[in-house]
Amino acid sequence: MKKISPERLGLKKFNNASNIFGILMALIIMSVILSIATSSFLKPANLLNVLQQISINFTLAIGMSFIILLGGIDLSVGSNVAFSGLIMAILMKNMLFPVWLSILIGVLVAVFIGFLNGFFITFFNLPPFIATLGMMSIARGAAYTITGGQPVYTFPDGFTAITGRVFGIPLYTILIMLVLFILAFYVLKYTRYGRSFYAIGGNRSCANLSGISVKKIEASAYMISGFCCGIAAMVLTSRLDSAVPTNAEGSELDAIAAVVIGGISMSGGEGSVSGTLIGALIIGVIANGMNLLYVPQGAQRMVKGLIILLAVIIDVLRRRKEN
Amino acid sequence: MFGLPVVIQNPKQAETLGISIIYQELNLIPHLTVAENIFLGRHKMHNKVHIDWKAINQAAEKILRDLEVDLDVQSKVGSLGIAQQQMVEVAKALSLNAKIIIMDEPTAPLTDKETNNLFAMVRRLKKSGVTIIYISHRLEEIKTLCDRATIMRDGKTITQVEVADITVDQIIKHMVGRELKDKFPKVDKTIGEEIFSVQSLTSAKISDVSFHVKAGEILGFGGLVGAGRTETARTIFGLDEKVSGTIMLHGKELTIKKPKDAISHGIGFVTEDRKGEGLVLSMNVRENISLASLKTLSQGIRLLLKDEHALANDYVDKLNIRTPSIEQLMRNLSGGNQQKVVLAKWLVSESTVLIFDEPTRGIDVGAKIEVYNIINSLAQAGCAIIVISSEIPELLGICDRILVMARGRKTGELTIEEATQEKIMTLATDMGKHVKERSL
Repeated sequence: MKKISPERLGLKKFNNASNIFGILMALIIMSVILSIATSSFLKPANLLNVLQQISINFTLAIGMSFIILLGGIDLSVGSNVAFSGLIMAILMKNMLFPVWLSILIGVLVAVFIGFLNGFFITFFNLPPFIATLGMMSIARGAAYTITGGQPVYTFPDGFTAITGRVFGIPLYTILIMLVLFILAFYVLKYTRYGRSFYAIGGNRSCANLSGISVKKIEASAYMISGFCCGIAAMVLTSRLDSAVPTNAEGSELDAIAAVVIGGISMSGGEGSVSGTLIGALIIGVIANGMNLLYVPQGAQRMVKGLIILLAVIIDVLRRRKEN
Repeated sequence: MFGLPVVIQNPKQAETLGISIIYQELNLIPHLTVAENIFLGRHKMHNKVHIDWKAINQAAEKILRDLEVDLDVQSKVGSLGIAQQQMVEVAKALSLNAKIIIMDEPTAPLTDKETNNLFAMVRRLKKSGVTIIYISHRLEEIKTLCDRATIMRDGKTITQVEVADITVDQIIKHMVGRELKDKFPKVDKTIGEEIFSVQSLTSAKISDVSFHVKAGEILGFGGLVGAGRTETARTIFGLDEKVSGTIMLHGKELTIKKPKDAISHGIGFVTEDRKGEGLVLSMNVRENISLASLKTLSQGIRLLLKDEHALANDYVDKLNIRTPSIEQLMRNLSGGNQQKVVLAKWLVSESTVLIFDEPTRGIDVGAKIEVYNIINSLAQAGCAIIVISSEIPELLGICDRILVMARGRKTGELTIEEATQEKIMTLATDMGKHVKERSL
């Protein structure tokens, strides 16, 4: 029997087909195993649940993809979600702003936090890890401060409808993810701006020498991540129907995990947002499958950790082979 | 080895067998001292925990003394010149009791005097019974230094010869597999009006550099490593901050604050450090070729991928870039082909002024000629060209005029008719200045 290879399946056109191919196979194999091991995995209701469950992580992972492609990292996304979600909540609930305006302001606040990250990183040359670690604490602290630690809950119907179901389908949640994915995919593959990310991540000084405005693009990446935080904050706050300062704690790590499992190299310059989608799906399917199989939370976390290690090991081995 | 078969699976085993390699890029740790680098990973110990620094320093001193090298073993390697760092590498190899030392292009970064020192050292090592495998593109070096030579091409051994029995031209013939009529192809061209000029350019590293280049002219930049030639190019290109001076193109003064400005004015810069600055190794051939021209290859924000494909294919053909496809990752190409991709990148950008910094460093003779052809055809097309090179024969072979720098200043300018190796060296070492200073 001939080996199944991306070329044989006509995937050769894609630049990084072989990377995507590997994780896609992993996702398919896992899904097959789960559909045999459980009776409920393949049911439409369960699959829709998976999509809903990955929505926050995938949204954050899209922004994180842009940053990791540059070789950076954004640790502040979880705190950003909590803070901008609370801003939306307070505007809507306590100050009676219209829903659309509250969302708009909340998203702008999230973008502004991203802008601050980008500013510290490009203007003072701070390492992204340090700058966003600082912002992680600042934004989380701000979230506690603006409500005195109190939650804000029960929002207007117009807001909770965002994550509501239409004929049993979490329609808008899925649409939001889809739109973000298509946008990110298009930008990275078909625009000059997107191409710059691969150039900068691959070789910063070469990109600079080739006339790419490295710092502007780097700063913009953190704003993109901020924007994704704003959208994630909207979806999360709407779904929970409450905003708490502890919301989305640790979600930066899940986002990084999705990106890394999806094959974007931590050193930047390689990978794609399609990989990130598969990475987020893998995390979602595993979590869902383990819930269906009654695997306890502790073991679930360990499995997730192992998968992250495995993904990075594969990346390292691939690199070693190439060199 | 020594008549016995050996199995070598990793560098450590090679080391144990007495084989040491001195790579082109030195493997020293700049923040550690000379002695620490020599004994890295093999610290002499008082006992299990305590490092015996005194013993290490003494042993290092002894090795260096045997090599007749005058170096303070406690100085940091980062503070040493490249030639001295090489000596530290040699000392390290000897401390490992190396029987065979492999040197990969050791003279590439060295000045002539340093090269002579290195050769003296190699001869001393030879006398003490160490075998040296000396890898070099500089064929004159092989002639002066080596006893026997193995000539390789395309990953295969072509022939093994006694150096005394062969001429440089014969070596070249073996290397390229065909007779080379001329190492430096000549073309007919007309030199036009002055189009590019620089007046009193000054930065932190260069001062008061002025010159001009005409359309179709190739201006050479001669001088020793560190004379400020690359720095001049970097300042023109907006990579180093300009303190004062003017840059004019077609009679108009240019404001260049960053490379983007230089490119938009039609200036291209083929840098010396191919992997560090010239290419994105993780991208493919196509993406590298178009990298400096993405603006002209897009409509609004959208990239014209079809045009990009066509363009990349076109240049791969034109420059005879050997790659399975334009989708091949850059890191899989050979040095010469990588360099041609860098050239393609700047040809695509349609620059009128092109600066080449050591355009043929580290590539084989055949690829060198192809690079010269590309430079010549650019000159024929009316570009103003600047070539920075440390190989004087190369300057004499391809340039129309040669400017020489030393210590961040221009020390002279020679037409190709009056230029000789000696005149360039005199200006490069700035002999005139020295005499003057001493007489003051």
